[in-house]
Amino acid sequence: MTRIIVVTSGKGGVGKTTTSAAFATGLALQGYKTAVIDFDVGLRNLDLIMGCERRVVYDFVNVITKEASLNQALIRDKRIENLYILPASQTRDKEALTMEGVEAVINELKETFDYIVCDSPAGIEHGAYMAMYFADEAVVVTNPEISSVRDSDRILGLLASKTKRVVENKTPVKEHLLLTRYAPERVKNGEMLSVGDIQEILSIPLLGVIPESQSVLTASNQGIPVIMNKNSRAGLAYSDCIGRFLGEEIEFRFIDAKKGGIFGKFFGGR
Amino acid sequence: MGLFDYFHANRKSADVAKERLSILIARDHFHRHQPSFLPALQNELLEVIKKYVDIDQDDVTVSLDREEDCEILELNIALPEKRHNKEA
Ligand SMILES: Nc1ncnc2c1ncn2[C@@H]1O[C@H](COP(=O)(O)OP(=O)(O)OP(=O)(O)O)[C@@H](O)[C@H]1O
Ligand SMILES: [Mg+2]
Repeated sequence: MTRIIVVTSGKGGVGKTTTSAAFATGLALQGYKTAVIDFDVGLRNLDLIMGCERRVVYDFVNVITKEASLNQALIRDKRIENLYILPASQTRDKEALTMEGVEAVINELKETFDYIVCDSPAGIEHGAYMAMYFADEAVVVTNPEISSVRDSDRILGLLASKTKRVVENKTPVKEHLLLTRYAPERVKNGEMLSVGDIQEILSIPLLGVIPESQSVLTASNQGIPVIMNKNSRAGLAYSDCIGRFLGEEIEFRFIDAKKGGIFGKFFGGR
Repeated sequence: MGLFDYFHANRKSADVAKERLSILIARDHFHRHQPSFLPALQNELLEVIKKYVDIDQDDVTVSLDREEDCEILELNIALPEKRHNKEA
């Protein structure tokens, strides 16, 4: 059975696209046939993070309007087997994503894929709504910052009321909290909300904590999802998330300041 | 500087953030769960009162508040200065 995962946040720039790329790559690395869809129509970015921008010919909207077939628009990742990217359109606006159109694409993907990862645009408008509507699970990306936490709470409200699973009276969308850009030193100094604070406020299960890390920018510069970098704390933290997502029990790391000395020394800001 | 100010100035910003956030989210949730019948109730009340007193839309407000564990339905009806009793 195909699982559909939405990566969402409400607030912009918190790390949804970084996370979508890491998630899709991580699942494919585990052998699952995975498609990642960029729902950010008009602000295409996922192709850059995945390093396939030069291979985009057709996009999600072309498939919806039947100007191209799904197979024509899907880009097969050159590095990783089982990984496919469906880019967003750069020229249309979000209204081009019709409910019927999105559903048709998702249904076709469901025939052959194990996982469909939906990279949501920021906001709570149409684009974000379309990205979450068909989801079975949601990764709610949150920064340890007051406005991001508030927006995540808002998104949780929508996930619980405005999705297909709710409309059809199925079990609710499974929610996962993913805290990104976490700086343990600052938490220790009382300058940043802690994992515990945020979990207490949002009260959904914690999937992972991704530390603030320079390697995320390096990865995006190179078009290589950060999860492929085994020397990066952010990359390793994302790998842990995949493990937990697939049911493994993995201890949280990189959440305490100056603990686990070797990691601190070994990784520095990476 | 009073003791209270001193205490505040030295509070960790993360603690301030957490406290503000907790209050904010409780309020967001409260508004999210505001019953949808309030606007209709407001209109019907307006119609009834209009039979006796000449008032308009803005003179009637209905709101729901929560204190501790009891809900308070608050009706606020502003009567015009010169009361027009329709029968008079
Ligand atoms: N763990 C991290 N450490 C450092 N920088 C990060 C981390 N995660 C994300 N970033 C940076 O934050 C910025 C925003 O990331 P990203 O594009 O993934 O966010 P987004 O939520 O998809 O944004 P948008 O809402 O615009 O779609 C990027 O510059 C990215 O490099
Ligand atoms: Mg994005």
